Amino acid sequence: MSFARRTWAIVWKDVLVERRSKETVNAVLFFSVLLLFIFEFTLGADRERLAAVLPGLLWLGVLLAGLLGLGRSFVLERENDCWEALLLTPGDKGAVYVGKLCGNLLLMALVEVVMVTLFTLLMNVEVGRALPGLVLVLALGTLGIAAIGTLFGAMTAHVRARELLFPVLLLPVLVPVLLATVKATEALLLGEPLAAVAHWLKLLGAADVIYVATGLLVFDAVLEG
Amino acid sequence: MVTIVLGWLSAIAVATGMILALLIAPRELTQGNVQRIMYVHVPSVWVAYLAFTVVFAASIVYLAKRAPGADRLAHASAEVGVVFTGITIVTGAIWGKPTWGTWWTWDARLTSVAILFVMYVGYLLVRAMIDEPERGARYAAVLGIVAALDIPLVHFSVYWWRTLHQPPSVIKPGPATMPGVILLALLLNFAAFTLLYAYFVTKRVSLLRADADAAA
Repeated sequence: MSFARRTWAIVWKDVLVERRSKETVNAVLFFSVLLLFIFEFTLGADRERLAAVLPGLLWLGVLLAGLLGLGRSFVLERENDCWEALLLTPGDKGAVYVGKLCGNLLLMALVEVVMVTLFTLLMNVEVGRALPGLVLVLALGTLGIAAIGTLFGAMTAHVRARELLFPVLLLPVLVPVLLATVKATEALLLGEPLAAVAHWLKLLGAADVIYVATGLLVFDAVLEG
Repeated sequence: MVTIVLGWLSAIAVATGMILALLIAPRELTQGNVQRIMYVHVPSVWVAYLAFTVVFAASIVYLAKRAPGADRLAHASAEVGVVFTGITIVTGAIWGKPTWGTWWTWDARLTSVAILFVMYVGYLLVRAMIDEPERGARYAAVLGIVAALDIPLVHFSVYWWRTLHQPPSVIKPGPATMPGVILLALLLNFAAFTLLYAYFVTKRVSLLRADADAAA
């Protein structure tokens, strides 16, 4: 089987599992709505102030939802000897990594659509012409978060204190992605052109390439069990 | 044997370096004696970066060859690196209080070192929290590689984050402006701290080997 077909098999399996159980999607979507409540309650309902910190809140939301969703993605593989089945997949285990990564990207994209819609509606932010740029920043940033999250999710799946170790490992590594996405989102919402955030986009692109390439190369060693 | 020789060499070198830094090197005119922290601060950050480079290389070797020696070297080097990153942050804060008037500021370089610190504390946590040694070694190696590759990204992002809006207020010290004695003291301390690093790592590697032998 080719790399693409093996990848597709993993994506299809994850989508099917999720479609039938709806475990992660429902919980993470609900969690992101709750986050909006929490932000309002902790920061006060002052709309101008909330709008001013919107880029930070939005990415905090994406990151927290990612911590929940990505941390779980390999936990279900521990049941019913699924992990052994993953190990038995023919060829290079990079395909398992890419497949898992695609599944996680789908989940996060869904969450982000809901989150961005709700945030901008409830905080009364005019997105307008910034939307294409914003989508680009969201796509690049999410790929970075998911690439590292998928790798570390597989690593922490077997650890007793998984819910503790996963964020502790993920957050420091993702600092560059977080800085770039928040700064770029901020500039775009202020109406600046895409060219003004080109350096951040390049940084995000470089981060994505480095993270995905590293994940592909080391995933064999992570999957071993 | 190597460890004992390294231990004595580094003890002598650090003692000489400190005598030169604290007693012989001239007092800096504007900053006064506070400036002497530089003789500890700058060599410490050098050792930290050296240590994490060794972690990176040893992690790659471990994943490729699965040699327990490479794993022990990465483990020991990370521990020493975290300690020296901590020394860098603490000495920097002590220097910053009288010079800048604050213990901490989110300046680009300070932020990078702080991120480096938390990243490698996480690395040591992986080592501590995974019970099976072989699994812990593999995961730590992956993290050692990811963290090292992340360092340039951290540098650029933090630099742009801080400096696009406010340039750093630090006056860049260049070797050209340093009198000979200061430069000599600094270089000697670089050598002394590097020897100290080598001593700590070899000592820690031999302890880790003894641990593994005892467990087997």
